[in-house]
Amino acid sequence: MEGDIAQMGQFIGAGLAAIGSGAAAIGVGHVAGNFLAGALRNPSAAGGQTATLFIGIAFAEALGIFSFLVALLLMFAV
Amino acid sequence: MADEAKGGALEFHPMDQFIVKPLFGDGGVGVFSFTNVTLWLALAVLCVFALMVLGTSRRAIIPSRTQSIAELAYGFVYQMVEDVTGKDGIKYFPYIMTLFMFIVFANFLGLIPMSFTTTSHIAVTAVLGFGVFIAVTAIGFIKNGMGFLSLFWVSSAPLPLRPILALIEVISYFVRPVSHSIRLAGNLMAGHAVLKVFAGFAQVTAVAPIAVLGVTAIYGLEVLVAFIQAYVFTILTCVYLKDALHPHH
Repeated sequence: MEGDIAQMGQFIGAGLAAIGSGAAAIGVGHVAGNFLAGALRNPSAAGGQTATLFIGIAFAEALGIFSFLVALLLMFAV
Repeated sequence: MADEAKGGALEFHPMDQFIVKPLFGDGGVGVFSFTNVTLWLALAVLCVFALMVLGTSRRAIIPSRTQSIAELAYGFVYQMVEDVTGKDGIKYFPYIMTLFMFIVFANFLGLIPMSFTTTSHIAVTAVLGFGVFIAVTAIGFIKNGMGFLSLFWVSSAPLPLRPILALIEVISYFVRPVSHSIRLAGNLMAGHAVLKVFAGFAQVTAVAPIAVLGVTAIYGLEVLVAFIQAYVFTILTCVYLKDALHPHH
């Protein structure tokens, strides 16, 4: 019985951690969308900023990956 | 539990592909055992060697296909290092080029069906990430001496705010190697696990056509991710290097 409750907690926790992935998706979309909005206003300056775009996406994505990792740890390591 | 919802037990677990196992014999994994990780790491190194050394060995004026690929890769990374770190970062170009080529080949070799994705293991990427962290910190202290610590002291901020900002900067500095390595491993692991989950759906007849289409689409995404993550790892290395060379805000 105790084990069942613990396992239930694991699954619920993993599911909650997965919300973070959705939040990271919003963040990445925000970065890319704003980049596009800016790039369409001044296309000549856009080419030099792709590196910045990828750095921004990487930072936003990293936190989503962290939550994914928490979910994985709950499912397989705990 | 999840299996019942799909109407039958999966024949394989999506995470099975990441199990490290010795290639010869049935013993456990020891320090010196030749595992599938060893094999695919060695293959990645051999591929880099084949492209960069053998591919360019003729030094033709009109380059062959392999030579142009090697030249393109060289120019691409050189441009990146120069753009981000400036002229004085060019000295560290060989290290960054090595990182990029190794990660790109490890990622793409992992896309071969039935192969093993070495970069999906945090043990592999942590060595790369902490290597960059230690190297960059050492370069920062050697180049700037104690002046490197001004990286944490934001002189453009109002004075009362600076201690708080310093604390945040120190924390974010020490989280760097963790996020740097987990980003690469997590992306690769997540993508390959999703591939295997879709492959698992393909054995349920009702959803098989959609699942096969799904595998194709995700595979296309994975090809993109394999390159972009190598690019992101390299460019972040350049950014950290720039911070070490020019710590003043």
